[in-house]
Amino acid sequence: MSKVDRILDKYSARVYKNRKLHIIEKTEDNHEISANTRTIPGIMTNRGCCYAGCKGVVLGPIKDVAIITHGPIGCGFYSWGTRRNKARGDKHTKNFVEYCFSTDMQEPDIVFGGEKKLKQAIKEVVEIFDPDAIMICATCPVGLIGDDIHAVAAEAEKLYNRKVVAFSCEGYKGVSQSGGHHIANNGLMRHIIGTGDRVPTKYSINILGEYNIGGDAWEVERILKRIGYDIVVNIPGDSSIHEIENAHIAHLNLVQCHRSINYVADMLKDKYGTSWLKVNFIGVSSTVKSLRDIARYFNDPELTARTEEVIAEELAAIHDEMEYYKSKLKGKTAALFVGGSRSHHYQKLLKDFGVETIMAGYEFAHRDDYEGREVLPFIKEDADSKNIESLRIEKDERRYRLYLSEEQYEKLRKEIPLDYYEGMIKDMEKGTIIIDDMNHFETEEIIRILKPDIFFSGIKDKYVIQKAGILSRQLHSYDYSGPYAGFNGAVNFGRDVLMGLTTPAWGLVKAPWKNSPMIEGHLQEVV
Amino acid sequence: MLDLTPKEITERTALRINPAKTCQPVGAMYAALGVHRCMPHSHGSQGCCSYHRTFLTRHFKDPAIASSSSFTEGASVFGGGSNLKTAVRNIFDIYKPDIIAVHTTCLSETIGDDVGAFIQDMDIEEGKYVVHCHTPSYVGSHITGYGNMIAGFIKYLSRSTGRKHDRLNIIPGFVNPGDMREIKRILDLMGIPFIMLPDTSGVLDAPMLGRYTMYPPGGTRIDDIIAMGDSPLTLALGELACEDPANELKRKCGVDYKLLPLPMGIGATDQFIMALSNFSGHEVPYALEEERGQLIDILLDSHPYFHGKSVAIYGDPDTVLGITGLVLEMGMIPKYVITGTPGEAFTEKAQELFSKFGVTGCTAKAFSDLFELHQWIKNDRVDLLIGGSYGKQIAKAEDIPLVRAGFPILDRYVHSYMPLVGYRGAMRLVEMILNALMDRQDRDCADEDLELVM
Repeated sequence: MSKVDRILDKYSARVYKNRKLHIIEKTEDNHEISANTRTIPGIMTNRGCCYAGCKGVVLGPIKDVAIITHGPIGCGFYSWGTRRNKARGDKHTKNFVEYCFSTDMQEPDIVFGGEKKLKQAIKEVVEIFDPDAIMICATCPVGLIGDDIHAVAAEAEKLYNRKVVAFSCEGYKGVSQSGGHHIANNGLMRHIIGTGDRVPTKYSINILGEYNIGGDAWEVERILKRIGYDIVVNIPGDSSIHEIENAHIAHLNLVQCHRSINYVADMLKDKYGTSWLKVNFIGVSSTVKSLRDIARYFNDPELTARTEEVIAEELAAIHDEMEYYKSKLKGKTAALFVGGSRSHHYQKLLKDFGVETIMAGYEFAHRDDYEGREVLPFIKEDADSKNIESLRIEKDERRYRLYLSEEQYEKLRKEIPLDYYEGMIKDMEKGTIIIDDMNHFETEEIIRILKPDIFFSGIKDKYVIQKAGILSRQLHSYDYSGPYAGFNGAVNFGRDVLMGLTTPAWGLVKAPWKNSPMIEGHLQEVV
Repeated sequence: MLDLTPKEITERTALRINPAKTCQPVGAMYAALGVHRCMPHSHGSQGCCSYHRTFLTRHFKDPAIASSSSFTEGASVFGGGSNLKTAVRNIFDIYKPDIIAVHTTCLSETIGDDVGAFIQDMDIEEGKYVVHCHTPSYVGSHITGYGNMIAGFIKYLSRSTGRKHDRLNIIPGFVNPGDMREIKRILDLMGIPFIMLPDTSGVLDAPMLGRYTMYPPGGTRIDDIIAMGDSPLTLALGELACEDPANELKRKCGVDYKLLPLPMGIGATDQFIMALSNFSGHEVPYALEEERGQLIDILLDSHPYFHGKSVAIYGDPDTVLGITGLVLEMGMIPKYVITGTPGEAFTEKAQELFSKFGVTGCTAKAFSDLFELHQWIKNDRVDLLIGGSYGKQIAKAEDIPLVRAGFPILDRYVHSYMPLVGYRGAMRLVEMILNALMDRQDRDCADEDLELVM
């Protein structure tokens, strides 16, 4: 039986029929996988909801915006301080990341409508905090009872003379967090990006889709700034809304998490002509490659030389530690199940240490994240994806500009991933397993059948995996460590993984009486 | 930290800031995990289930299993009946629980899904069960949901056959597995046979044995929940969390109940032990008297380090009241006592405690939040904070020591294995309070004032 069949073996016919489309063993470079479709009810999925993707992921890290969750208390509570999107405020920038704002809807608000309470909550947030901007995120009941949060936002914007943007990210929309990413991207594009008036400098860039988990963005920014780039904004990790307002002025957008932010990248290209480059700052070799790709885009000898100089210095600084961890980790195997990008990105970092990825999957990715953007024209829309609005973007005639000539662009596209993402599958070895929306049952089967040395996943799986005797490290939260990005991050990662594999407790799992006989006796010579 | 929180207090009527509660379904999920071979099921969109499992796993550092009806927009329009039906079939097929405990969400409540009718229409295999309760997130808090799920189990399962047995029913409040273990230990010491619902010990504090089992050995047995209907008496340990389920059992099976405070601190534990002794007619064994005596001994020995210190306590109503009782017994001043859970009964009970111990100038408030507590502290500070992890922000902002007790504790380990209830639990809490205050004294004092002997 193939590995895939062994994983699927115990399913009933109906579940088998669905799940077999989401699980493949790589045999060639082109595989079709089913993704971004509904999870079967009752299957213990790791997926979250639209609100989680919108407020929890994309908007939450924007530090100087007061984000009011409009709904009962749970949604706001759970997305408060739990995602490790680090942020620092200063004299000019308020930091609301430490706060949770909710309308805490009660039964009468559900029965009679919650708009009045929302208006009052906005009034109170203005009076107490005077935030530069306010965002409103809807939870399930809001859409059902028909609160018009967009009208409330428009009215408040006039009344308080500041940006107030509403997001209809009710949890039931779409099939996972992914719908929420899209809704958040749309709102940023429609209401915020393009309203600033900063002037670009020679090497102005944006980073898109870096969430600053464990300080990743700070490590990436440190490297880019050393080379001499002017980072207009990193959306959204540790960002200010005033930086996001200027996102349209950059000469190039670097896309870290393709899944969650590709909409903004595409819309910036359509509206302002800015190209985007798929980068990956997770892993030493991929960081080096990304830095070189960026330099090629700008094609400036001075910048290229500086890039090489920084790369050489950074590599020299981490060389010994990397070699040490590599000597300890080489030959281990890993399984990865994370959101919509990390399962690909971390394979590169693991490879730096000689760790082989034998299984990888995404929680909420789309087919293009697996198969590459060339499949985009062939992805069929279904009822769920149609419910998430796709913005129609018109060219901004006044501000549209191309950094490269058409000729340069076409030439460069053959050399670097410009406006293109190749997806995860092409990068994986033959015989590896790819699973979309992996569930609890399949996690147990993977442990049983593939026996990876390390299983990278999230908190809901972590202790299931560890109880089964396999090290599990969280790649959503980095188990409260990090950064893992860039050069210094790679070292942190190596240290953490090695620590996890070698902690003495693993050797103490079996009680001594499980190994030795229960009854002891002694032989006596009978005379 | 929390630099934007102003000292000046303004009245809020709509905006909740930094809540001290969460929503009903997670309480229901926790209760359901305390039933053996039970799969908690969230009837709503996936996010709820995912958030709740995450929250519980972060607190217990152990797997919290649960499934979801995975609503999409279509289900929200046409109702979640078919989603639930599919879910139940798949859960029994794949995860093979003995019982599925469905709770609702604000989504399924708002669209008015009749979950009871859905369940009635299902073909459920002999010996398997599906039960449900309503947990609208816009009513009460996670504490309400915990009580509602326990009541749901009772409603579906408990039967009165007319033949009484001698086992005492225990409904513990919203506490850790470590507390449940401690309550059971006390019952064993008292020689009283019992049924405890729920019982998360052996489930959410499961040991590492090198293999994963989806249904660890712990949890209340279904047969025992059925038999609760024939018990002579129910002790509901948590005046604000446990009355509804105890009352449900009385209504359905005629089992009388006694509502007691969570046995935290000396007075409340005394009440519990006395109730047990009254029930069984057994004398209190020396082992418990010894524990009690040790605790009082410790309080007398160490009182100079906590006497008169002021403390802010926040969290779940029964837990906060229990801790308030203990700190009053220690001679501390519970200056601010808040819960996010709505209900004036909390405030009244806190006031009763204040007057019983003759302390003045203390404030108790239900339906409050950590932002409000922080503002009070900014205006008139305290020496110590006691509560869950979110208080660490205030602790850091105001440089006040924090003792972690209650829910949720997301940033420390071991807490869920250890009790706060009983004399032993109180001893542990006293130790934590002492360590926090005495470490602070050591940290802050001048070199010449560093005492080696204290």
